[in-house]
Amino acid sequence: MSGIGNINYKKDVKLRKHYLKKLENSTRFLLGDEAAAYGALYAGCDFFAGYPITPASEIAEVMAKELPRVDGYFVQMEDEISSISAVIGAVWAGGKAMTATSGPGFSLMQENLGYAIMTETPCVIINVQRSGPSTGQATKPAQGDVLQARWGTHGDHEIIAFSPASVQESFTLTIDAFNAAEKYRTPVILLMDGEIGHLRENITFPPVEDVLLKERRIGEPGTLPFGGEAIPPMSTFGQGRFVHVTGSTHKANGMRDVSTESVHRELVTRLCGKINNAREELSRVEEDYVDGARVGVLAYGATARPAKGAVIEARKRGCAVDMLRLITLWPFPEEAVKEFANRVDRIFVPEMNLGQISREVERFTSKPVIPVSKIGGVIHTVDEILEQVIGK
Amino acid sequence: MISLKEMAKKEDLFVSGHEMCPGCGIPVILKIVLRTTKCPLVVSNASGCLQSASTNFPATSWKLNWIHTAVENAAGTMSGIQATYSSLKKQGKLPVDKKIKFLVIGGDGATYDSGLRSISGAMERGEDFVYLCYDNQLYACSGGQRSSATPMGAATTTSPSGNVLPGKLQPRKNISNIFAAHEIPYVAQSAPWIWQDLYKKAERAFETTGPAYLNVLNPCPSMWKAPANKSIEITKLAADTCVWPIFEIKDGTKVTVNYKPKKKLPVTLWLESQARFTHLLKVENNWIVKKIQEEVDKDWEFLISSENKNRTN
Repeated sequence: MSGIGNINYKKDVKLRKHYLKKLENSTRFLLGDEAAAYGALYAGCDFFAGYPITPASEIAEVMAKELPRVDGYFVQMEDEISSISAVIGAVWAGGKAMTATSGPGFSLMQENLGYAIMTETPCVIINVQRSGPSTGQATKPAQGDVLQARWGTHGDHEIIAFSPASVQESFTLTIDAFNAAEKYRTPVILLMDGEIGHLRENITFPPVEDVLLKERRIGEPGTLPFGGEAIPPMSTFGQGRFVHVTGSTHKANGMRDVSTESVHRELVTRLCGKINNAREELSRVEEDYVDGARVGVLAYGATARPAKGAVIEARKRGCAVDMLRLITLWPFPEEAVKEFANRVDRIFVPEMNLGQISREVERFTSKPVIPVSKIGGVIHTVDEILEQVIGK
Repeated sequence: MISLKEMAKKEDLFVSGHEMCPGCGIPVILKIVLRTTKCPLVVSNASGCLQSASTNFPATSWKLNWIHTAVENAAGTMSGIQATYSSLKKQGKLPVDKKIKFLVIGGDGATYDSGLRSISGAMERGEDFVYLCYDNQLYACSGGQRSSATPMGAATTTSPSGNVLPGKLQPRKNISNIFAAHEIPYVAQSAPWIWQDLYKKAERAFETTGPAYLNVLNPCPSMWKAPANKSIEITKLAADTCVWPIFEIKDGTKVTVNYKPKKKLPVTLWLESQARFTHLLKVENNWIVKKIQEEVDKDWEFLISSENKNRTN
């Protein structure tokens, strides 16, 4: 029986470079969705599978137009279950792959999100959050999927999720998501919100050479594809031996073993450990601290924008306020939050949900954490946050 | 055959107040289909143009029991509804002879793509429902992405036309044949221009015990980039070019072609009627027009030969 043969991964590099060279250093006026798609193209994404859904469709639309130009492959699937399945298949065939959706589609993807965690399939899933539950306010933004991203799929697991607060950041965090996926060999979620997805801003594409990409680690024949070290190198199809990939509990060589207690314990502990142990490296925050602040505002995603406005306004009025913006939502930046909490007497957490991250913040401080929740599809105004922070 | 006058006398269960685009075929189709049964109706409606544009606050167009489901679940929800009514009848909580009709409605995205699984399941289980697909050949509600109902060559936002690709490369899925292959009692394809045919077919579908499927071409001026006042004419053109044949299939095999154009027109006339096909009229895209014509001819010949086969059997 003949193998598929070795894949020449360097082959398409020239075409991609040529394509990106036309983009670099240019400034464009783009949607957050579009910027994320270009981020994926910068990150070397070969494959996109998706299904139409507001407010994420623009990502698919850019990929449909642009991926063929770099000999990539765009496919519209019949639903989100198939979309993420195709992404997983693409990765095991040797590609860098991504899908994009919104709440209802993200719900359908949960089973395969767990499959990607269990099989250590590096891929990127963008969820441009809209107002739920269910169809909710389909065209309106929300941040209601923050805990779903963390706990939506069943079983013990850890997850990586980033949250952009601008169009430029949608671009950079998509690249970072691909890099983290490769580094930790795990699915990474870009948890955007409809506000950023449909926000139009200037974005400047960086020089191609300035963008560092984490390439996939492919193991030499003979290395264990699912163990032997904390983050084992991948084996993809076509390397001269047969690869055995399963969502069932498996040994380091990939063989299924669902009856030995220790095999399951060691596997799941390692999968959780590889992300838990990298918490510090993965935790990204933006601190804006002033001397003598007693009040803190913690925000993320689109909500960080009016929050920042409220902080600036409060300071103008003589009230010293600290601000912490979370860029990484999962794993939760515990140390940064603890340190932030130590600086102030109370923390306000504006979010476009009924209090999801605020609950997580409470776990790391005994000081009062006050949710500034807003749902209904309209982002907070500066005044709404300011009113809470400095009182009426 | 019902006259317009008689039809107008019947109660309208889908009333004004909706926000469907000018020239959209959905209200026309629904006003006909919902008039064909006197029985109480339950409607399960998949997410899409109809669901969102018929229920904008503070109005609703529905004068019946209506449940909205996620895009892929309309048939599955109805499975539970109709099964429970049959159980309630057995338990004596509802009169055994109480006739209730179950209508599932979805667009082509909800039918050809994501909902296929739950429709197929309900059909295989032989459940008693009518499925109505308003087929406008793409996802209009989310901005015009291709679906597996999108015909070959059409430009959509996810099958764009450009220097490399001439729009969608694949022909549309032949969904009516797929459901006929489930050997359900009744499958029919119609269009709003031939309204008496549509009326008759909907009536038959509701009278059928077991699953019945109606596939109705729904003109979509917004996404087909066609004049809104030409909607109905365009659906007629679809029949005259044999792009959208009007037929029915009973018990999976008995095919009747209900409309045969006196003179079969070339597909170019259909392509010229909508700007989503404009790029196909360039010389370099002649090959795809030829291919579209071949596909249409092949399907039409197959349909006619299937009909003849019934006769000779």
